[in-house]
Amino acid sequence: MLGSDDDPSMNEDRIALLQGTLDLLILKTLVMGPCHGQGVARSILRMSEEVFFVDHGSLYLALQRLEDRKWISAKWGVSENNRRARFYSLTTKGRERMVEKTSEWERLSRAMAMVLRGHAGESGEEV
Amino acid sequence: MSVFRRSRSRADFTEEIKAHLQLESDELKDEGCSEEEAERRARINFGNVERAQERFYLKDRSEWLEDLWRDVKFAMRQLARNPEFASVVIMVLALGIGASTAMFAFVDAALLQPLPYARPHQLMSVNESSVQSSRWPLPYPDYVDWQLLNSSFESLDVYSGTGFLLHAPGGTEPVQAERVSGTFFKTLGVHPVLGRDFLPGENRDGGPNVLLLSYGSWQDRFGGRRDLIGRTVHLDDAAYTIIGVLPRSFVFAPGGNVEFWVPLNHLSEHERTRSFFNFWGVGRLRDGVTRQAAAIQLNTISLQLQKEYGSPDGHLSASVVPLSEVIVGDVRSILLTLLAGACLLLAVACVNVGSLALVRSESRRREISVRGALGATPARLVRQFVTEGLLLAFFGDVAGMLLALGIIRLLTRLVPKDMAANMPFLGAAGVDRDTVLFALVVASLAALLLGAMPVLRLSLQEIRIGLSHGDRGATGASWRRLGANLVVVELAAAVVLLAGACLLGRSLYHLLHVPLGFKADQLATIRVSIPDSSKDTNESYKTIAQHISALPGVQAAGMTNILPVQCDCSWDIVHFPDKPDQGESKKLEERHVSSGYMPALQASLIRGRFFTERDTNATPRVALINQSLAKTYFAGEDPLGKRIADDEDGRPAVWEIVGVVKDIHEGPLDVLDGPAEYFPINQTQDHSFTLVVRTSQDAGSILTTLVKALHAVDPNIGVSDESTMLGKIANTQSALLHRFSAWLVGGFAGVALVLGVVGLYGVVSYSVGQRTREIGVRVALGAQRGSLYRLVMQQAGWLTLTGLGIGLVSSVGTSLLMRNLLFQVQAWDMWTLVLVGLILGLASLIATIIPARRAATVNPVQALRAE
Repeated sequence: MLGSDDDPSMNEDRIALLQGTLDLLILKTLVMGPCHGQGVARSILRMSEEVFFVDHGSLYLALQRLEDRKWISAKWGVSENNRRARFYSLTTKGRERMVEKTSEWERLSRAMAMVLRGHAGESGEEV
Repeated sequence: MSVFRRSRSRADFTEEIKAHLQLESDELKDEGCSEEEAERRARINFGNVERAQERFYLKDRSEWLEDLWRDVKFAMRQLARNPEFASVVIMVLALGIGASTAMFAFVDAALLQPLPYARPHQLMSVNESSVQSSRWPLPYPDYVDWQLLNSSFESLDVYSGTGFLLHAPGGTEPVQAERVSGTFFKTLGVHPVLGRDFLPGENRDGGPNVLLLSYGSWQDRFGGRRDLIGRTVHLDDAAYTIIGVLPRSFVFAPGGNVEFWVPLNHLSEHERTRSFFNFWGVGRLRDGVTRQAAAIQLNTISLQLQKEYGSPDGHLSASVVPLSEVIVGDVRSILLTLLAGACLLLAVACVNVGSLALVRSESRRREISVRGALGATPARLVRQFVTEGLLLAFFGDVAGMLLALGIIRLLTRLVPKDMAANMPFLGAAGVDRDTVLFALVVASLAALLLGAMPVLRLSLQEIRIGLSHGDRGATGASWRRLGANLVVVELAAAVVLLAGACLLGRSLYHLLHVPLGFKADQLATIRVSIPDSSKDTNESYKTIAQHISALPGVQAAGMTNILPVQCDCSWDIVHFPDKPDQGESKKLEERHVSSGYMPALQASLIRGRFFTERDTNATPRVALINQSLAKTYFAGEDPLGKRIADDEDGRPAVWEIVGVVKDIHEGPLDVLDGPAEYFPINQTQDHSFTLVVRTSQDAGSILTTLVKALHAVDPNIGVSDESTMLGKIANTQSALLHRFSAWLVGGFAGVALVLGVVGLYGVVSYSVGQRTREIGVRVALGAQRGSLYRLVMQQAGWLTLTGLGIGLVSSVGTSLLMRNLLFQVQAWDMWTLVLVGLILGLASLIATIIPARRAATVNPVQALRAE
């Protein structure tokens, strides 16, 4: 899923990375309460200060995947401005997974930092 | 809703997207866009709606495929990134798979595939058996009685090999033929593709001269013409009518390369007696009758006949064995040994590949940890490894199959044509369904191994903690233990193969150095048939001998009905009238030789004299005997002047012993010399014999001259099978089978040794790499070079010794299993074991010295700075 280095041919792996990230971002958004797809997209955009572009096709696929895994549940409801929408909310399982994923992410970023730092320091030792 | 239905309906999803677009445009309107603009931008923001829908619905179906495709692509990239690893793994796997698949193809063709006849399991070889030989031909009258009295066989037939001189426009040529009883082809379940089978009347005594052609003969000699039926061909001095052509697929291994099949309707005088054993039986069991029951019944009949007519040998019994046993019996143990050897090599290859995968997973620990942390589930990682393993195994399998094809082609080409005719199953070996299946099973096992190694290595827990640790240190120990154990397996397997190869090699050596009793080099041999019409055969022998001896480069020439070292297939039953126990009959090898034969062979005369030109059909019958006969039956007395009595051409005959020769090795190389008698060809009048010519230079160079000279004597002389004595010996079945097995097992052993030693090098070298720091500390503390060498060599030494120990113990076991392939070598041959130990020790030493040197030359400063 993920290439171990910055090989330029690794586009697919970058998508895979985004996918994993997207799941976490969705879960994070839903912590604040049930929300519909459009709201999730908007709030991800807002949270990341418009850095992340969310491909909506991927977003709905991710939502469906999370729903299939029973990390989130969905039901049709009515929005504040009286529009019918499908609302997603976090399940208990989803909440647990989110905590786990968050710590994984933190470890990852630590590791990435270590890897990147370590790379320079270890160069003399590589065979 | 989702509880009850696994996936949402299309409408539901379309609805959701519509809602999304509405909500988005609502929001955009709130931000100040016009209604039109808001709708447009909402759509743009969303991206391709149709594509999103499509992806949504394809998701379930394609996710699995997409993942697989991604796995394969990723695996390909991983392999391409490390081409050395990939190519070594594929090569090693191909070697293992290729060797084992090729051997399996032969085993399959010979032992697993049924004979190419109807209901082959019911076909039995039916013969007499005696104390000396378990398979002994039948006299014709016995066959007739067996056929009449038994109720176990649907049909019972006999066949007997013969030769004809074919008179064709192109000249006279000897051809192989088989005389068969009337229902022979019905018994086998074979029908002619053209024309008809023998009719019942044609089999009776004095029946018409008709023949069936083999398919090959029809194509080669008669151009496959369909109007051939009813035409006549001239065999010897008679005209035969062609009545049919046998199918292309038809082969009858016991007959060899037979072209003409004729009915058994002209019996000679001696063929009508009960003491001329010349016919081989083949029968089809009735439904529901077992082999044992048939054997018991025939035995009773046989005993009854012996009581009634008196038995020449005393202890004959009936033997009923599956026809397949007779055809493949000789090669069964060799084929199984070779398959076992190849599988051992395969095991070595797999272990080797497994440890390579292990080393590689070691170097991928960091990558795997990162991927694990990024949310790749353990199952997904395992899948990735399995995909990589599958991919490697697939390539290895394809390469292995190609290699197997090459090996099969090579081996079948190395078998001489005459021998191949006796082993038609060799030609049937190829890459067919069974073989492909075998290769696939082997490859899947390899894939499993390749996939399982890294998974075992990187237990799931380690995937999690791998990140927090560095990638050096304690974890090396577990791998070192596993890798070391694996290398011991490799070394042990290599030792077993080496020991097998050494034993087979020594057997071959012994076999080729069996005392022959004559000088085999510079001897040309050629099969000669003189026409039946030549009235004075003695004159023919003399003329031929004179003409050949006069050729330049020829030192001596002689004739024999059967060359030495070919077969123990011409037995005579005799008694010695001058001995007190004259009533008891003995079985001896019998040869008919000319006066020039013994001198041409440079055989040694011990007592008396050789035959001379003066021994003719007009003088009293004389015989030579070999030393074994003299020792066995005339111990402590002078055999000269004693008499041998036998049935010659169905009439009693008495021969006076005039000389004793040193044993000439008449039988196959692996059969011990037994008693043998020689009669003058002048007194036996053979029309077909082998000319043996001692040459002053290379025997092979004179063969064409010989053929020309013989045809110059008489154009109607049939000439065939020109060869040299050394070639004839090297191409005997026993020499060939021993040579094949020695070379093949030797080859397997060589490859296994290389793989094992490379594996050892890998383990030792890896461990030196792991211990660089420790070694650095030692050096810094003042360790001597020698002690560092010892440190590394000790580890390798233990591994080698363990492998050697396990290997030697198991090799004694395996050698015992293949002891009937061994010739004059014990399974626990001391020298072999010592030699194997030396080879492995030396090879291991070489493999270890390089990493040991590296350890000894570690620079402590660099080593310590490394971490």
